[in-house]
Amino acid sequence: MMIQASRKRSLRELLISSDGALSVLVVLLGFLCGTILILVVGRNPVGMYKAILQVLTGYNIDRGRFYVRYIGEWLAQSMPYILCGLSMAFAARTGLFNIGGEGQYVIGLTVAQFFALLGPQIPVLHWMIALVLAMIGGALWGGIVGWLKAKYEVSEVVATIMLNYIALYASRILIMRIPGTNTYKTPDYPVTALLRAPFLEKLTSGSMLNLGIFFVILSVIVYWFIIEKTRLGYGLRATGFNKDAARYGGIPVVKSIVLSMAIAGAFAGLAGGIVSLGSFRFGRVLSGNDGYGFAGIAVALVGNNTALGTLLAGLLFGMLSSAQPLMESNSIPKEISYIIQGLVVVFIAIRGGLRIVMTYSLKKKAAQEAQGK
Amino acid sequence: MILNGLSDANGAGQPIFMLQWTYTEFSMENNAIEMTGITKTFPGVVANDNINLSVLDNEVHALLGENGAGKSTLMSILFGSYDPDAGTIRIRGKEVKIKDPNAATALGIGMVHQHFKLVHNYTVTENIVLGDESRTRFGMLDLKTAEKRVAELSEKYGLRVNPRDKIEDISVGMQQRVEILKTLYRNADILILDEPSAVLTPQEIDELMDIIRRLKSEGKTIILITHKLKEIKAVAERCTVLRRGKYIGTVDVRDVSEEQMAEMMVGRAIKFEIDKAAENPGEVLLAISNLSVRNSRGLLGVKKLSLDVRAGEIVGIAGVDGNGQTELIYGITGLSRAETGSITVRGKEISGMTVKERILAGVGHIPEDRHRHGLVLDFSVAENCVLKNYDSPPFSDGLGVLDFTAINSHAAELISQYDIRAGEGPSMKARNMSGGNQQKVIIAREIDLSPDVLVVAQPTRGLDVGAIEYIRKRIVAERDKGRAILLISFELDEIMNLCDRIAIISKGEIAGIFNSGEVDEHQIGFMMAGSKNKTAEKERA
Repeated sequence: MMIQASRKRSLRELLISSDGALSVLVVLLGFLCGTILILVVGRNPVGMYKAILQVLTGYNIDRGRFYVRYIGEWLAQSMPYILCGLSMAFAARTGLFNIGGEGQYVIGLTVAQFFALLGPQIPVLHWMIALVLAMIGGALWGGIVGWLKAKYEVSEVVATIMLNYIALYASRILIMRIPGTNTYKTPDYPVTALLRAPFLEKLTSGSMLNLGIFFVILSVIVYWFIIEKTRLGYGLRATGFNKDAARYGGIPVVKSIVLSMAIAGAFAGLAGGIVSLGSFRFGRVLSGNDGYGFAGIAVALVGNNTALGTLLAGLLFGMLSSAQPLMESNSIPKEISYIIQGLVVVFIAIRGGLRIVMTYSLKKKAAQEAQGK
Repeated sequence: MILNGLSDANGAGQPIFMLQWTYTEFSMENNAIEMTGITKTFPGVVANDNINLSVLDNEVHALLGENGAGKSTLMSILFGSYDPDAGTIRIRGKEVKIKDPNAATALGIGMVHQHFKLVHNYTVTENIVLGDESRTRFGMLDLKTAEKRVAELSEKYGLRVNPRDKIEDISVGMQQRVEILKTLYRNADILILDEPSAVLTPQEIDELMDIIRRLKSEGKTIILITHKLKEIKAVAERCTVLRRGKYIGTVDVRDVSEEQMAEMMVGRAIKFEIDKAAENPGEVLLAISNLSVRNSRGLLGVKKLSLDVRAGEIVGIAGVDGNGQTELIYGITGLSRAETGSITVRGKEISGMTVKERILAGVGHIPEDRHRHGLVLDFSVAENCVLKNYDSPPFSDGLGVLDFTAINSHAAELISQYDIRAGEGPSMKARNMSGGNQQKVIIAREIDLSPDVLVVAQPTRGLDVGAIEYIRKRIVAERDKGRAILLISFELDEIMNLCDRIAIISKGEIAGIFNSGEVDEHQIGFMMAGSKNKTAEKERA
């Protein structure tokens, strides 16, 4: 009895002290609510978990067979989530709220499409330069916001929202000027621009998984290294935690803000490049937002703005989105996966409140014990 | 000495001694307040451990203790903000349960908080009636009657408050009287004053003492929470001392000296005067001339100010909060741009430099607000220790990669050298440390950079006596090493005690500069309040 009580308390203490543990709890709560919702609409929630299992391991219980392709699709689907999550998280570590991931993503996508169609068709270099340009495009788009914020105290939230619209419509106007483009697609890319990698396709029996995955892994490592290990990261984190103390310590706060937004933009821009050259064989005239930039906000929130957390959260969101078609075939409405995503974000948002409640009840218990003695 | 043997050798804070001056036992009916065996625990801390407090009717009773001794907890229990875990409270002989501040008010207890709770764009009367508004027959606010009553009360207790003044237009001392009036308006006859002199000039403190005497002569009972022994000597009859949550004793103020009370409070003998060798000033290291700096509202906070600080001396800036001290500090350290004028360090003009360049030019800064500027609370001690030099060797290499081994060993060195109590070592988050240790981290970092000029603002605010003693010694040691030190403090005692020269600042201008010992507290007080040094000169003549 005593042991049980103390173990229970230590779990609660873990949840209070560890952001990671709390995120896991939040995700579980999201799934729990999703499960209840499926029951409420009169379907069998097992269908959802079957779909999830198949995405994660490729194993289809009903047929008793492995389909490796699903793992590949899952990873491919997760790439933009992870990168856009890193974009949001990087800015957040510097105390900025980058709602502009979507716009930076669109700019990256547009730049990559242009270079893919019009750039010199040199093997390897073609797609590589396209990705680098996508990153630079995203960095500029984010950097403008940082510069406006640092120089003229323009709220980065307002500026990024506006720039999202500008990015989307500018992209449409510009892409439609490419010869041979109709209202929704450009001509096909030359083969040298594609991120397709035969060995990856072979490994995952023909999934969309492409070379982008290596850039995603590299990005996670670079993110961790910059934030935790470098002089630059120190300055950015100090600015994020306490701008006044950073100024007091001689850290160039203006430069930090511009740089932080630019690096954040580069991550989102890379996401745009990878999606455009990895998942499509032609350039798109966007009719609306792909939404990865916005989902990145949620990914970063769930991942606590850390490199590893964002990676895991991105994989979670990628999993939910690539489970949708499987869920439908198991007669679970695919909207459930959006609802779970939404619930996770809501629970993350009330995480602060959850923590207060737990701290309070812990205190009360301690006080009661003290009184008992 | 009588107090020999009083300090508890067992270190547990147990009052193991008998007071020789045990006061006469008064009968219970005489006691306005009788708190016995009060215990209150918070997770991990026993804030009050079996504390007794008995306050006689119509007495001024001081409650003395360091920060964290449990004074505020005890008073919060009396005022109904906290529930005690154990113990009884008797008001005028009757046992009571005080469940919230309204219950306390109903029992005739009023509290004047250290931070005033006033609405700035309301009038005095509006503030006083807030929460207790009288209404006319038609449910309209009846301010006329209230105004009349406020005026009467103000007259009766000699508070000289105009009921129609707006709070934002009156001085801090006057605002405090409004808080006192608020309790009187609610018919309080037991008044708790929480650190009332913390925000006042010496003259205002004198007036406050008169008000306390007046309240007493009109039959009120007063509990004065303070750590200023001089004030206890001036107005209190008895004094109850707490230390680390424990009851140490109650003494008759006239029977004990300030030193004895201090010893009860701290548990060991305390030196008030810092031993310091005569100053040996050298060349001018910091020269400020005609400096003007705007404040956050865009007005000139510092106006054409000139001041020199030489090597090996401490120059103090005395003044009431808000007279340009902050702008002066920001102007020197680069947090604000200088509007006009020049600042030189060792003859080198720094007024156009960035903060970073000024740090490299030899300006150290122990900031006024250690949480806002001094520390990144979510950083570890180690990271905070390199806030100003993380970007140079040995802490980071040519490629911009940090060397955490060097950063951590540097922090470990400072921790042992400056006696910083960081339970978890260099990786402990600054947020989880006590105020005194946080301040030590800042002082260690700044002194370790060995700047020529050290701007020190409010270095001991909110710290306990032990930490204060240590930090003051360190500052004097820096002076003796030949640094130029500019000390900004609102504690006149600190200025008088530490400084070789004292500059009085008022409305952004220097009202007078004196060698220490040339002026006394009252002359400084006059100038702080805005009269130019003429007044002081006249007094001296």
